Amino acid sequence: MSQSQTAQAQHLPVATRQVGRLAQSLMAMTLGLFIVGVVGFSHIDVIHNAAHDVRHSNAFPCH
Amino acid sequence: MNTFRSIVFSSVIAGFIVGLIVTAVQQFGTVPLILRAEVYEKAAEHKHEASAPPHAILVHDHADHDHGAQAWEPKDGLERNLYTAGANILTAVGFALLLCGFFSVRSGATGEPISWHEGLMWGLAGFAVFTIAPGLGLPPELPGVPTAPLLSRQIWWTIAVLATAAGLGLIVFRRSMPAAIAGVVLIMLPHLIGAPELEHVESNVPSSLSHQFVVAVTLTSLVFWSLLGGLTSAAFAYFDRPASA
Repeated sequence: MSQSQTAQAQHLPVATRQVGRLAQSLMAMTLGLFIVGVVGFSHIDVIHNAAHDVRHSNAFPCH
Repeated sequence: MNTFRSIVFSSVIAGFIVGLIVTAVQQFGTVPLILRAEVYEKAAEHKHEASAPPHAILVHDHADHDHGAQAWEPKDGLERNLYTAGANILTAVGFALLLCGFFSVRSGATGEPISWHEGLMWGLAGFAVFTIAPGLGLPPELPGVPTAPLLSRQIWWTIAVLATAAGLGLIVFRRSMPAAIAGVVLIMLPHLIGAPELEHVESNVPSSLSHQFVVAVTLTSLVFWSLLGGLTSAAFAYFDRPASA
């Protein structure tokens, strides 16, 4: 973020900045759940075999 | 996108470190037990194939072979452990993104940077939500132990995780008696419904091995979540400084 953008963000009302922060946090959490979902829950054989020991070690349902 | 960038930076750094540490811990805890169980699993498969008539082998290969007879899998040894390390790092980064999202909302609301101790508490909540709660109904399973159909277990696992997270949230953040009671009921609900299980489980994997595995998985997970909570919160407090200053 450039300096002018930062200055602009600081002039926004507090509620607007909070919403921006909330939206970005939710985006990051969705990305995180997507990554965990692919590694731990995908039914694709190749992903299952690559992550096999991790699925068992994390007690994700496997096989 | 300042907040998003701080979350991603902190999560990648903390996830990478925790993923590597947990890979090392697993080499002494869960992985040797998985390898021992696979000896029993393979012995059972060979016995099954040897005693079955030829047409039954075909049926077995098409319908019943979980690992996928033709699918690629990493070679035992270094290659397999490298993929395990990669999957551990990705899992840790994924859960770190989730934790960090909460840290960001919390520190945004209070105006205070998140402390490593509060991060540790969130990590322990992750341990309760993602390991303890689903593990009560679906204990960690070794390869070669028959289980109910995969999709039904994945659905129950997800329900247990969501109910426990929502229940803990009600108890911790809505400081009222009705909310606390609703929270406890919500946490119990998936267990009262019951996890999918087979009526008869016959396995040649010894039950002592399965028990050791439950202990190893739970302890490894405790290390994972404690480290992830502490490290992710410390990293996020560092990267998020300009925004909260």
